[in-house]
Amino acid sequence: MTGPFVATANQVRAARSVVAVGAGTHCDIGGAPHATAEPVHAPAGVVDIQPSDMTVTVRGATSCRDLDDALAEHAQECPLDPRDPAATVAGTLSAGLSGRRRLGLGPLRNTVLEVVLVLADGRVVRGGGPTVKNVTGYDIPRLVVGSLGTLGVIVQATLRSQPRAVVSSWFRAPGDPDRIRAGLHAPTALLVGPEEVSVLLEGIRADIDVEADRIGLVGADAPPQPDGPHRGRLSVDPSRLGAVTASLREHTDVTWLAEWGVGTVHVAAADPSGLERARTVATTHGGWLLREAGAPDLDPFGTDFPASALQRRIRRVFDPEGKLAPGRVPATEGA
Amino acid sequence: MLAARLGTARVRAEPLELELYAKDAGTAAGRAGLVCFPESTDEVAFVVAAAGRHGVPFVARGTGTGLAGGATPVDGSLVIALTRMNRILEVDATARVAWVEPGVINLDLSRAVAHLGLHYAPDPSSQQACTIGGNVGTNAGGPHCLASGVTSAHVLAVEVVLADGEVAMLGGLGPDAAGLDLRGIFVGSEGTMGIATKIAVRLMPDPPEIRTLLADFTLIDHAAAAVSAVIAAGIVPAAMEMMDARATRAVEDFVGAGLPRDADAVLLIEVDGLRDGVHDQTEAIVAVCQAEGARDVRVAVDAAERATLWKARKSAFGAVARIAPDYYLHDAVVPRTKLVEVVRAVYEIADRHGLICMNVFHAGDGNLHPLLVFDGREEGVWTRVHAAGDEILRACIAAGGVLSGEHGIGLEKRDAMTLCFSADDLAVQAGIRDAFDPAELANPEKILPRGSRCGELSMIPDGAWV
Repeated sequence: MTGPFVATANQVRAARSVVAVGAGTHCDIGGAPHATAEPVHAPAGVVDIQPSDMTVTVRGATSCRDLDDALAEHAQECPLDPRDPAATVAGTLSAGLSGRRRLGLGPLRNTVLEVVLVLADGRVVRGGGPTVKNVTGYDIPRLVVGSLGTLGVIVQATLRSQPRAVVSSWFRAPGDPDRIRAGLHAPTALLVGPEEVSVLLEGIRADIDVEADRIGLVGADAPPQPDGPHRGRLSVDPSRLGAVTASLREHTDVTWLAEWGVGTVHVAAADPSGLERARTVATTHGGWLLREAGAPDLDPFGTDFPASALQRRIRRVFDPEGKLAPGRVPATEGA
Repeated sequence: MLAARLGTARVRAEPLELELYAKDAGTAAGRAGLVCFPESTDEVAFVVAAAGRHGVPFVARGTGTGLAGGATPVDGSLVIALTRMNRILEVDATARVAWVEPGVINLDLSRAVAHLGLHYAPDPSSQQACTIGGNVGTNAGGPHCLASGVTSAHVLAVEVVLADGEVAMLGGLGPDAAGLDLRGIFVGSEGTMGIATKIAVRLMPDPPEIRTLLADFTLIDHAAAAVSAVIAAGIVPAAMEMMDARATRAVEDFVGAGLPRDADAVLLIEVDGLRDGVHDQTEAIVAVCQAEGARDVRVAVDAAERATLWKARKSAFGAVARIAPDYYLHDAVVPRTKLVEVVRAVYEIADRHGLICMNVFHAGDGNLHPLLVFDGREEGVWTRVHAAGDEILRACIAAGGVLSGEHGIGLEKRDAMTLCFSADDLAVQAGIRDAFDPAELANPEKILPRGSRCGELSMIPDGAWV
């Protein structure tokens, strides 16, 4: 057997248990993998860029920054938008965290066309297909996004690229975010923090100026991402965001930024208890909080996985013995 | 027993009625054992649980517009027709979300929310007849999926009756569900993972500005090159459709939309968004088409002209009936950059098999729809149609393409899956299917070739990817 994935496949096959490691930028997400799990790495590098097809194929360990640089030469981008651009493509997909331009550009899972995985037994399998439109077989790429390394080691991915916006401008917006959203055609982001509402518009200058003038937007810097040793994100029905953010305002030790129209709220706290209180806000409003960093004693998910028996059966197809990232998600325990 | 719960009017076994449900709009015919018409999630769950107890396979069905045999009952399956579950349950204009039952007709949803300045983006050519539930089953596309994505990008949550009769909510209105994206794997699973009984879809705001262009080419190669050139210019139109010479003439004879009858191909291109961007993109597209050899580029002056051009495009398959009584519509995707060579290969294959071939397709995303037109009464013609179809698929795969862009695999392309996937790839897909439906009662025999389960495909060389 020869080829680019052999080394990874051989290592996975030989090990008793493994955990795929990229740049280590998302490694606090999920439960801590068992200490005995051997770290494995995907190969890196941009394999192919097809600007006229708007597709790009990269090896798993390619950093999002390198991918972005390669696509910039063709005035294109892949909106993976990880918090830290050193994150690898495989790590970003595996963590499944969409960036804060999701309102306009869609969730991360819409970007992935094809994945190549090394399964727990070392087999190399492919899911999806290389074209921008495809319904040939089950949509395995979507299943892999957010699977936290429990289905296989992502050694290669083909992604949909898109034209890079000519102009990308942040604004501060006055008043009610629902009214701002209704007044704009297609904002790329609408972010609400404790102090202000921020809007990202992308397109051409003339359109952006007209939109901004019409509802009184004022040019501003991008709002900072909530930062602190203990971080997480809430996922709630976006129509509940008004109530959710009202509750979060009561917790002055928690900084937060809500993606309006999406339902993601990024939160950070100086103390783990802040994250715990933010989780209570999420569950009170029918959502949940994913721990992203810190707070080691806080349950990583704090919620049951929906249809958990079904999820466990699906994981066993890829990993019958619970060999991949053991300990990271509840479903792999005791598998 | 089903009749005791649903009533005899909603459980049918008359031979004539069973015949109506023996196939979808494709060519593969099967045999329905019984047809039932549930009206609620509880009734679907009851029917599925009953089928499970008796080991009877079942297949969900909308209006039967599918072309790949996905809704064709195999070996006396129970057909669960969802056409009576056709209520739009809730529309939230602020959140831009609608909850619908699976039997809602695609276009009915867009019509119902039009007064709110919203629409449901996926628009298959059959949108006047096909159901949202069926669209979820096949992960349906349509001309306007070029910019806005296919069904999967528009489905937020699906309430599903699983194969054991249990009801589960996959996905949700929140951005991310904990654990695996079960909603994502369910969309496009063609009824093999359960039956969608309630669906939350995303509604899109109507664009403030729309321009529709018709570019007229005397050589189809130039039209295909223009498609790539538009994308390479950094423009993703809302839609970019191609009709070849035969299709253009057939449509023009049928609807009289003012299409150039002597063109070798026309492109129907639409851009939408904010005013200045749309204006700039329109100018850029006109320039690109002219640079690629367009004889003329016409920009629709008003909504009426735009509607006429779209009516022409969407009438293409109706127009074909005037040429010959039967047609076989294919669906495959190739990289946009391979359109020229693949379209040439498709003509050559059809010629060699003595068949008329027309092309009307979603050029912007490389989604070919070669249409083989013939008279089914002619002796031996079906053999030639199938042989040509098989060669066309192989040509698309050889060009780096895939078997289907929006119609699905169903029965039609099940055995061609080995052209795209290794034995190991298929074993994983079969495993996922089994995880949802261990007894294999949910739409059996679809998508995966027989023997896809681990180790059963020994005749196929594996490890092609390593």
